[in-house]
Amino acid sequence: MTQRIVGPFNRVEGDLEVSLDIADGRVGAARVSSPLFRGFEEILTGKAPTDALVIVPRICGICSTSQSSAAAMALRRLTAREPPPNGQLAICLITACENLADHLTHFYLFFMPDFARPIYQARPWFAQTQARFQAVSGAALNEVLPARTEFLHLMGLMAGKWPHTLSIQPGGTARPLGQAEVLHIISLLRAFRRFLERQTFGDALEGIAELASLEALQRWRAGRSGDLALFLDIAQDLGLERLGRATDRFISYGAYRTPDGDLFPSGVWDGVPHALDSQLISEDVSHAWLGGDTRAPAHGLTRPAPEKPGAYTWCKAPRYGGRVMETGALARQTVAGHPLVRELVTTAGGSVLARVLARLLELAIVVPAMERWAQALRPGEPWCHQDPLPAEGASVGLVEAARGALGHWLTVHQGRIAAYQIIAPTTWNFSPRDQAGTPGSLEQALVGAAVSDGEDTPVTVQHIVRSFDPCMVCTVH
Amino acid sequence: MLNLLWLQSGGCGGCTLSLLNAEQPHLYLRLEQAGIRLLWHPSLSVETGAAVVDLLSACTEGRERLDILCVEGSLLTGPRGTGRFHLLAGTGRPMTEWVRELAARAHQVLAIGTCAAFGGITAAGGNPAGATGLQYDGDVQGGLLGPGFRAGAGLPVINVAGCPTHPGWVLDTLLALALARFTAADLDSLNRPRLYADHLVHHGCPRNEFYEFKASAEKPSDQGCLMEHLGCKGTQAHADCNTRLWNGTGSCLRGGYACVSCTEPRFEEPGHPFAETPKIAGIPIGLPSDMPKAWFVALAALSKSATPKRVRENAVADHNRVTPAVRRTGLK
Repeated sequence: MTQRIVGPFNRVEGDLEVSLDIADGRVGAARVSSPLFRGFEEILTGKAPTDALVIVPRICGICSTSQSSAAAMALRRLTAREPPPNGQLAICLITACENLADHLTHFYLFFMPDFARPIYQARPWFAQTQARFQAVSGAALNEVLPARTEFLHLMGLMAGKWPHTLSIQPGGTARPLGQAEVLHIISLLRAFRRFLERQTFGDALEGIAELASLEALQRWRAGRSGDLALFLDIAQDLGLERLGRATDRFISYGAYRTPDGDLFPSGVWDGVPHALDSQLISEDVSHAWLGGDTRAPAHGLTRPAPEKPGAYTWCKAPRYGGRVMETGALARQTVAGHPLVRELVTTAGGSVLARVLARLLELAIVVPAMERWAQALRPGEPWCHQDPLPAEGASVGLVEAARGALGHWLTVHQGRIAAYQIIAPTTWNFSPRDQAGTPGSLEQALVGAAVSDGEDTPVTVQHIVRSFDPCMVCTVH
Repeated sequence: MLNLLWLQSGGCGGCTLSLLNAEQPHLYLRLEQAGIRLLWHPSLSVETGAAVVDLLSACTEGRERLDILCVEGSLLTGPRGTGRFHLLAGTGRPMTEWVRELAARAHQVLAIGTCAAFGGITAAGGNPAGATGLQYDGDVQGGLLGPGFRAGAGLPVINVAGCPTHPGWVLDTLLALALARFTAADLDSLNRPRLYADHLVHHGCPRNEFYEFKASAEKPSDQGCLMEHLGCKGTQAHADCNTRLWNGTGSCLRGGYACVSCTEPRFEEPGHPFAETPKIAGIPIGLPSDMPKAWFVALAALSKSATPKRVRENAVADHNRVTPAVRRTGLK
């Protein structure tokens, strides 16, 4: 057996190190380390509660509005009033814009460039993939970067800027829109739809969203061009549906709360669906450079202990009823019951293919929803309630970021933040072992990955890691 | 071609995500047109793991030319000065050591964003991670590299401050460097590029009519001026946000919220809640730059008494309750 340390691991958000035990050309065990600590939970303690709205987006530049949205929800729940319909829809549009831009960035900039590596030059799809997806110089980037940028003009209109907006408030949004802005938003959503339909899918978004089975996906793919079809070719050739299986237990906090309900429901799925019970969430610190014991996040602590024996990361180990969970687009769509995604996880489990496909499906599902939300905006009606925050209270904001379940646990005492604990999506996915020795999702997903002779940074390991679209800066807030 | 190496440490990656918002043309074309080659960037390049460590070593040993070093995120000196709060993955070495060695080899060094420039948001509260900027710790010169540091070309660290920084601020600075039209005279007293730091956020603010009449917003989603009650520092903060604009047509003020002066040292610790304007005897203590207090008070009193009904009512509404009058006699 040999041991190998892989890092710095790039095209993930933030710094990441993976330690691998390799035997007989396979990964036997993996340890995932987040080597950066910043201490946001300590920074927040003692501040005015609304200061969280300035500080938490700066935890993460890629999930910035999700962080805002979780903080705003935690503050809002101290007063127990939902924003007015315009405010709810605006928050949906802002967070959807970020989530979809993240999905797009992940696919084109972070994930696909690995298939343009020389190791694949004998594959039939290589020349096309290299021309289109090579990092920095691939032809797709000439279309993707402008499409992404123009889509993010929605943030200029609705959130002032991205990343790091303060438009999302406990009572709704601080940015009222007039008719002209609403029309501008509708028009830029159409432009983004056009890009996706022409480049990414080669089909109408509705045609993609409605693919209801693996058989339907196979039928659809025949004779298609577009980036999804190319990815499916690669996935079939490399067997990506068998790569990177983790726990097959999924958690989602529910996404996009509109006056008509959530677009994607909250829940847990472990072969059968369960309602979400946030009381079952705890964080274990047995293998983190942090002091203390296993606690519910409402009573959690963040006490650095850099010399702690046996520890190997700054990331805590969140568990749900003591069990490891995977979160993200795959979890969201599994919990929501998307038939194609459910079939993927029940036949072969969570995998590199399933994770990437679930993100692409969300692009096809959420853009039409955004079009509906934009049409439902009513200039002249209220955008933000104004409720004074109580000086005492405890609450939680649970939202879905692009990468999955994001929770902020807040305690306010004498008008100040007395405690603030955050569990980010990648904290779930890239958690270390817990005190029972059970590895986290990525650590499990890496076991069995093939490592070729002479590969110092195994490409299968890279596919698996990036299939989670990790955000390490969130993880180690 | 100039080689550009980009590193990230105690930040959020938001300045890179902001950089990707560059447009007309897009980021990669703008770099190419400026004659800049990305040696490595943690979010954008293909190389991972050992290949990166080799590349960084080649730079520190002088085997690879390092024209421009961009550092995003604060430098974490904790715990107890060890730098262990960020060990560069795959190397077991503190990022602070890597950055010191690379900066010593670089022709130009850029601090990308307020964290790298001054410490920024990670230095808030009790600064648990020991965050500092490259050459400033807050508004005090020093930081990781020390006040005397000069990069190969003779300039101190160029502080492209902002939280996040604007893609245009970074790319304009890089283009100016590439064209050899950037000198010490192009830096302000905090070593920020004057091309954006010689402006105030207030310039071009669409709420200016409300500002002029001191018709103030009282709560989020009101249209009025955010200075009197809601913490806006746009009349003091250095940046061209309201003339350059963000994500097409945006800015913080246009997004309905206060400027928190994110381009300034210590913005993270204003000494008051961000969303409230600190006042003494009802008068904001942070008055517009370059304005004598007595004048401001006198003008504010006068303009408040002269505020048109339209401006006064619209300031505390989320849409225009009173629209501008239509004159049937034509404009004079």
